[in-house]
Amino acid sequence: MGKVNSYKVFARDIPKNIFSGFVVSLIALPLGLGLALASGAPPISGVIAAIIGGIVTSILGGSNVTITGPGNGLVVVVLAAITTLGNGDMQQGFLYTLAAVVVSGIIMIILGFLRLGSLGDFFPSSAIQGMLAAIGIGIFAKQIHVMLGNLDAKGSIIELIMNIPEGIKYYFTTDNTSVFYAGSVGIISFLIMVFYSKIRNRYFQLIPAPMWIVVLSVGMHYYYQYFSDAAYPIEKAFLINLPNDVLSNFAFPDFSKALELDFISAVIGITLIASIESLLSIKAVDKLDPLKRRSNLDKDIRALGLATVISGFLGGLNVVTVIARSSVNVNNNGTNRSANFFHAGFLVVFILLFATELRKIPLAALAAILVYTGYKLASPENIRKVFKIGNEQLLIFLITLITTIATSLITGILVGIISTFIIHVSINKDIMLFVRNLLKPNVLMFKEDGKYFVSVDNFSSFLNYTKLKSKLNQIPENEDVIIDFSLCDFVDHSVMENMNNYVETFKRKGGHLEIIGLDNYSTRSEHPFALRKNIPDFIKPKEGVLTKRQKSLQKIGAELNLNYLPDQKEEITELPTFGYFKARQIIKISNIISNGQCSLFDIEFSEGEMIAKQIIRASMFYIKIDKEIPKFTLDKEGVFETIYHFTGFKDISIENHPDFSKRFYLSGKNQVKIKELFTDELVLFFESNPYYHIESSDHGLLILGKERLAGVKEIKALADFGFRLQKIIS
Amino acid sequence: MQVFKKILIGIAFSPNLKANLFEAIRISNMFDAELVGVHVGDKTEDKEEKLQLLLDEAPKLKTPIQTIWQKGKPVHVIQDTCIKNNIDLLILGALQKENFYKYYVGSIARELTRNASCSVLLLIKPSIIRVPCKHIVVNGLKDEKTKDTIKTAFKISNLLDCKRVTIVEEISQAELDIKVSDDASLRKATIAKERIKRREDIRVEKILQEIDCKDTTLKIQSIFGKRGYSIGHYAKVKRADLLIMNAPSKTRLIDRIFPHDIEYILSELPTDLLIVK
Repeated sequence: MGKVNSYKVFARDIPKNIFSGFVVSLIALPLGLGLALASGAPPISGVIAAIIGGIVTSILGGSNVTITGPGNGLVVVVLAAITTLGNGDMQQGFLYTLAAVVVSGIIMIILGFLRLGSLGDFFPSSAIQGMLAAIGIGIFAKQIHVMLGNLDAKGSIIELIMNIPEGIKYYFTTDNTSVFYAGSVGIISFLIMVFYSKIRNRYFQLIPAPMWIVVLSVGMHYYYQYFSDAAYPIEKAFLINLPNDVLSNFAFPDFSKALELDFISAVIGITLIASIESLLSIKAVDKLDPLKRRSNLDKDIRALGLATVISGFLGGLNVVTVIARSSVNVNNNGTNRSANFFHAGFLVVFILLFATELRKIPLAALAAILVYTGYKLASPENIRKVFKIGNEQLLIFLITLITTIATSLITGILVGIISTFIIHVSINKDIMLFVRNLLKPNVLMFKEDGKYFVSVDNFSSFLNYTKLKSKLNQIPENEDVIIDFSLCDFVDHSVMENMNNYVETFKRKGGHLEIIGLDNYSTRSEHPFALRKNIPDFIKPKEGVLTKRQKSLQKIGAELNLNYLPDQKEEITELPTFGYFKARQIIKISNIISNGQCSLFDIEFSEGEMIAKQIIRASMFYIKIDKEIPKFTLDKEGVFETIYHFTGFKDISIENHPDFSKRFYLSGKNQVKIKELFTDELVLFFESNPYYHIESSDHGLLILGKERLAGVKEIKALADFGFRLQKIIS
Repeated sequence: MQVFKKILIGIAFSPNLKANLFEAIRISNMFDAELVGVHVGDKTEDKEEKLQLLLDEAPKLKTPIQTIWQKGKPVHVIQDTCIKNNIDLLILGALQKENFYKYYVGSIARELTRNASCSVLLLIKPSIIRVPCKHIVVNGLKDEKTKDTIKTAFKISNLLDCKRVTIVEEISQAELDIKVSDDASLRKATIAKERIKRREDIRVEKILQEIDCKDTTLKIQSIFGKRGYSIGHYAKVKRADLLIMNAPSKTRLIDRIFPHDIEYILSELPTDLLIVK
């Protein structure tokens, strides 16, 4: 696409993006206010973050349809920072925290320049899940009290959770009308959040749920003001507090604590969560992008860092990329970065025009939105998902979750990482595998015959995933790729999950990425993301658990109306009669697709003996032929390696087919019979199809491509070749 | 081009001795070379007898073996012998540790490999019966030694009757001046890679013009990745039987701590390895 053309497209799409920006701003406004309140910061700080974020990242960012603003992951860290830095004085604590926000923004910019945007890849995904759930519980525990009208609930997350029953009791028994009404607004708001998606009314769905809450609660205020005789039953302390002149009352960061340990740990916590949340969101949003573009992570991180610095100086919170608002953007046909810009623009308009109305919103209404977000982060559904992957993942998840709640976020994620590592070591019963190979390169990538081949050695886990990732990122997504894990002793869940993401990305962009070499691994569950450990040959893999490749093979079998057997049930007894297996010992045959006459299978065999022994896995095709045929081998001219053992075989040229003789190396003992067998039709068949190594025994043909396991595409090609050959020859 | 006229083998009376010796004898015969055996330690009747027994069992050498018995530090003795006797090729057996696929070079062999004055052949799986060599992988680095190494590789492939040679050009990621971060830079990087690949291919093809390689299946494979590492991994994936590399220019202490080039391969031998000086 030319530059001029892309500007045209950009201009053409602006109206669409103005609309989606508007819809997003309807959500961003209440969320911005609410997230700031939940963090213990002035409500306007969240809106400032959204405005600055929208403007800066839409101009300088590297992603396309993301929306930026205050993130829910940060609520817990910012609240902790304000409380500890302020020693109880929330106002002063906020100013210190703003300084921490500015510093974390600077660190993000540096990370972006150092291309360390991929920091998040070093965290095992179950630990991140646990951390996010802990954040969710943190938000939930605090905000449920505010939702019920109790603004004074304080204490650790665990204490807050223990106090929930009491909070409910207080709501029902209180004689304070403000508490009761605020609580009622909160509960109704929460019900709106829960049931919004279940109401299928077009007009109702025009306005997003958080905005309904804002509209209804402001409407209630006006009702009491103009239509009812009674006074508004909720006191001012229970309503949002916005500065009188929004544009001139910016809070300014206080850097006087910049060298204290508390401050530094706040900076680390904020930066960590901000970058993880942003990266996860950017990656997730890329999957939603209707134009299938790839975001420039480092550029985006730099822009987010800059936005955070500016936002911090103006009294705003951190700017991160947020998934929920971004997906709303995509759903409303946002196509480029201008949507983010317009979302910021509409927020400015709202704040300037409707500041008075916004002051009428009860805190409980916003708390209800947050209770719902908190619940979403820590929903039992998420826990069930983790459990399905394997109970060791659930263990990591729970360890991280509990430590994060009981201590702090940084301790929590560190404990999560360490426990993941310990679990990996104990599963492998070998620490040296990790220690010795941690810093070594372990990924080979090369392009061969128009296909990319990636081989991974030693082990592949969250510890060294960046090495694999940096190679995979260099492959255009419309190419064919094969990733071979057969040299790997261990592949963990984080890598499996990421590989699955790659498979999807390649599929979406017209390419094909396939993972091979995992068939012989043991897994702990049937989940496709479960971690895998290479097992020695004498231990049988669990029956009935099929890898992705095996499932694809099963499908191919079904398409061709053939039987598929993942495990060896019947032997192909003729195999050892082939010359190829004279010096090779067959260990195992698996993944057989067969119809009695023809069989397609994976075979494991060894070459050499004792210490020179090598184990090889390959895919082959076998054709049973009823009549007797002469022994021959057919190869691409010039490939000698597979036939060296056939001493006494001579190169046979077929008359009238000089091209065939030039391109193929046909050899055998019984020249006359072989020439009889190679009819014009057969010669033409070989000439017009891809090369395979073919050899015959008395009653069969063996076809093989490369001496390794074939990918699904290659399997299909091999099957097609084999079946057509069978038709011609018999 | 290297001509191997005098081959040295270290004789340690280990369980591997028989296989090592048999391999060395076979190679000497194939190369028409003289074989020198050196034992670091006392010359005793017992040891002599053992050696003689093995030699009687082994295939006949074209020129009789010359044995040297000398006391001292193994590394020094072997190094000195190499220089004094004008040795062209030093054969060392590697150790195999832990599971089946991984071979490591012992400390003495490593030391010798780094500092030897001649070419070194490291055998990971010496065998009493000959295992034919079917596939040789040789480096095609942009280095002044490469030309000589490739020539030597073809000479050896002829002598070993090996019909398949792959020249691997390792191209360092740093040479590709583009960092992939989005679609546009990916497209640029892919084009740049293609260009570098073509340039490297032309360079290697120029070297090949001087070499007769009609009878071999020749392949030139370019790999973008860590130097020294990628070629080893490639040889392992392709199940090559012999890997031929340039000798490293110089190894300092720091190179051992942060392994590079040949050190990667030494730390985990993928195949038999010949380092051409």
